[in-house]
Parts: sequence; C-alpha cells; structure tokens
Amino acid sequence: MTEIAQEPPTGSFQLSTDSWTKPFWDAAGRRELVACRCGNCGVFRMPPTPFCPTCLSQMVTWPRLSGHGELYTFTIVRRVSGQATETRLPFVPAVIALPDADGVRLVSNIIDTPISALRIGMPVIVRWSTLIDGTVVPRFVLRG
Amino acid sequence: MTSHPLMRDRTAIVGIGSTPYYRRGASAPQTMIELVGKAIIAAVADAGLHVRDVDGFAFYSGGFDTGLLMETLGIPEVGFSACITGTGGGSAGAIGLASSAVVAGLAGTVVCVGGLQQIAQRFGAITSGYASTPETSFFSSVGLIGPGHMFAMLAQRHMHLYGTTREHFAAVALSGRANALTTPHAVMHKPMTHRDYFDAPMIAEPHCLFDFCLENDGAIAAVITSTHRARDLRHPAVRVLASVHGGARDWGRSLYWMNMPDETFASSGHAAIARRLYQEAGVGPADMDFAQFYDHFTSQVIMQIEDYGFCAKGEGGPFVASGAIGRQGSLPINTDGGQLSGGYIWGMTHIREAVEQLRGTAANQVTGAEIGLVTGGPSTLPVSGLILAR
Repeated sequence: MTEIAQEPPTGSFQLSTDSWTKPFWDAAGRRELVACRCGNCGVFRMPPTPFCPTCLSQMVTWPRLSGHGELYTFTIVRRVSGQATETRLPFVPAVIALPDADGVRLVSNIIDTPISALRIGMPVIVRWSTLIDGTVVPRFVLRG
Repeated sequence: MTSHPLMRDRTAIVGIGSTPYYRRGASAPQTMIELVGKAIIAAVADAGLHVRDVDGFAFYSGGFDTGLLMETLGIPEVGFSACITGTGGGSAGAIGLASSAVVAGLAGTVVCVGGLQQIAQRFGAITSGYASTPETSFFSSVGLIGPGHMFAMLAQRHMHLYGTTREHFAAVALSGRANALTTPHAVMHKPMTHRDYFDAPMIAEPHCLFDFCLENDGAIAAVITSTHRARDLRHPAVRVLASVHGGARDWGRSLYWMNMPDETFASSGHAAIARRLYQEAGVGPADMDFAQFYDHFTSQVIMQIEDYGFCAKGEGGPFVASGAIGRQGSLPINTDGGQLSGGYIWGMTHIREAVEQLRGTAANQVTGAEIGLVTGGPSTLPVSGLILAR
C-alpha cells in the first residue's frame, strides 16, 4: 500500500495576526500565495516583520507568487502521543523555499503525496486547506 | 568581540548541589520552589558555605525567582539578580552571567540554578502549549508538536548535504547509554543495543525515540565566587576560563524561523559562540579533555561537534562513528549519559558532570581531565558555551 502524506492535526491552532502579518493571511483566504517584500530595497522576508533587516525601511509590497516551491527539508511524523486520536499518520511538516521570492522559506506541509516520493529539492506547488474554523492555510503537493 | 580576556580565570564553581533525577512528573508532591531550594542548600553546603552567604542569582530559565527564594531560604540581601533571555539555551552562559557579577563586584557568592517539573506541560510537546501569536501562527498549523520535530528538519537537511546517516545518530545514543549504565545517579540503567536503537519507534523521521532526550523533573544549582576566595573553600576550585552567550543573526530564532542561510541551517547555531569562547578562554578544541554537549537530540550533538571545531563541517557523523566520543576516545562526551540517558534538567546536568570530572570524582572519570567544554541548548538565540578547568 502506498503511504500518502496526510493533513496534520490542527485542532489547537488559532490564527493570530498583526498589521504586518495580516496581508499574508488575507491573501491566503483568497487562495493567493504572497510574500513580504521590502518596498525600498526589494529584499523578501518571511515571516513578515515591521522593518526590513537589510535597509530598515518599513515600506512593504506583497507580490503574488506563482505558488511553485522547492522542498527544502521535511520530517515524517509517524507517532503522536496524547493528541487527538483522529490524527491521520503519517503527516509531513516541511520547509518550502519559494524561488520567485528569492528562495525565502515557508514552514508548511507536504500533503497528498506518496511518502516514497519525498526528496529534498523536489518541485512542489501550493494547495490550499481550510481548517475547521475557516482559516485557509497553504500546503504543498508534489508538482508532477 | 573582546580581545581582552577580562573574565578569564577570575571566578570558579565551588559548589554543586542536585536533587535526584525524577521521571517526568514523579517529583510531586514536592513543589518547584522546594526542588530548587533543595539544590541550592546542597550546593552551598558542598562549597562549605551557608545559604545566608548567597548574595546573587543568575538564571537562564523561569519557574522561580529571587524574591521567593530569599523569602523561603532566609537569604538576607542580594546585590545581583538577572536572567539570560531566550528559551533555555543559556544554561552554560548563566555561569558567565554569575561570573560577570563577581568580577564587577556586584555580588560575591552567586547561585546559578535550573529546575524542571513537568506536571502540567510536557517539554517534549512544549510548542503545542505556546500561546498563539502572529509569529507562532507561521509554524503552529503544521503539526510540529515539539522541538524534536523541528530539529528533525535540520537533521534531514544535514543528511542531505553531508551524507550523515541514522548510524551516526545511533553512535551518539549508544555512547550516552553506555555512560549512563555506570553512573549511579543516571536515570537509564537498561543497556541499549544497536538493534534496540533501530527497533525503536520512529517519532519524527529521521528522529526515533532514542534520538530524543529524556524528560525529567529535578533541580541543580552551582555556586560561583572569585578564584581568590575559592582557595579557602572545601573543594579544589573548578575555574571558569570562559562562559559566553549570544550568537549570530544568521541563526536568530532558528527552529521557529527556518530562514537561516543555507550554510547555517544544518548546524547548531553555536559557531559564533565557539569562536568567542575559545578566544576568551585562550584555548582551542585540541585542549579539551572532554565535552558535555547539550544533547536534546542526537543530531544536534553531531552539529555542535562541528560548530566547536572538533572536526570539519559535515564530518560530525563519521567523527562520532569513529569511536572518538567514547570514554577511551579522543573526545569523551556526555560522560554521565547526558540528557539522552543520564538525566534532563535543562542543561544543568552537563555543568554538574563537568565539575565532577574536574574534581576527579566522576563516576566515569576521564583520566587526568584538566579542561572541558560545556554547552547550552541549541535553540532560539541566545545559545551559550562554557570552558572550565581545574
């Protein structure tokens, strides 16, 4: 039987935002992947913060990205203790590099992908998941 | 940062005190302040001093504070009370915080203490206990249950870049267990075979059960004073050659950030600390008779060995597999079993064991040990390191 990467347990997740992070989550709600870019020097940064660490500007833009990414690293979670019993295993937390945002990385998940196909460097594409409270979060699948 | 080793050899650890290491939750009905108080009383007695002599506190983790400790232990007055920021990476650096108070003349007898009691919250699942913030929202929907899951992603990257294998992680786990077997106060006294390691349940690949540290309750305290005053006390002084904390922006919030530059990502974040520590101490990796590495995860021991210059970057796996880290090796590590098999008191066990080694009283004594390294937990900055000598 082919093992498939499942959705992770998100029962305790509660989204918090501030004025700097809200544009990311608002875009996610529209199923658009965006990243924070300095409005002065153009350097990308994620997660978004109030200052550009390169030039200290507070101007930002939020360019829409293609949704294409590259699997930078991952872990396969095969056992969960004391958590919700409905958790489906295995699930795959992953770090995704976004080439059209200068390689800035997101912490996300690989889903709906055979475990045996997981390779660092493999091309992935965004897939949106809606949590029980309606929050939309980016996940990634193998780009075939 | 400094070319003047202002702190070198000015202070010493003169007392160590510990509670037993309890299995997670088994220290009840003792309270946290009670555990910490017991460790402090024992440490001060070990130094040949009285609790009323304590006039300063240097912390690196929360759960107790100076006011209540003074109230409960009858300490009349303190001139120093400070805590290293971060999430516990400062255990080895707290000794330096205490030393800085002594060298500056702010206090003469400073206690460093760490304590852990896991009744309401398991540390192995600490990330699921964090309150939601705009920062945590970028990683808390993905099922990263604890630090072991996050560090597994660094380990996976290290394997990808350098060919590190689970055999290498096993070498660290097996070495720790072998040392615990002959350490009376260690928690794990059941032998572990190579087969046991590979039969253990996989938690967060590539980390299996035995790549994770223990989860214990207990407290350990150390007493720091000037080297001058140390001469008159009960034990031969264990001199502080250097103790530093901090780190480079490239590491930053590390596992909570995951945007470290590629050359830093698969590391322990200790490289910047190591450079400064050796400079401050006036010694190098070749001078170390042993090292007590903060071993919350086997993979992070390998990356610290690289960051502290015991081998080249990427060669930590072959280094640990060569036998170098065993008791007869070139760099015996975690000689009490470490936090993987000895006991997990948030880094303080490593300080206790280093002091025992340099007094010549360790259960697994390294013959002729004169100088050794202790590290604090690789995590969000600051991280920390300590070099002690007899």
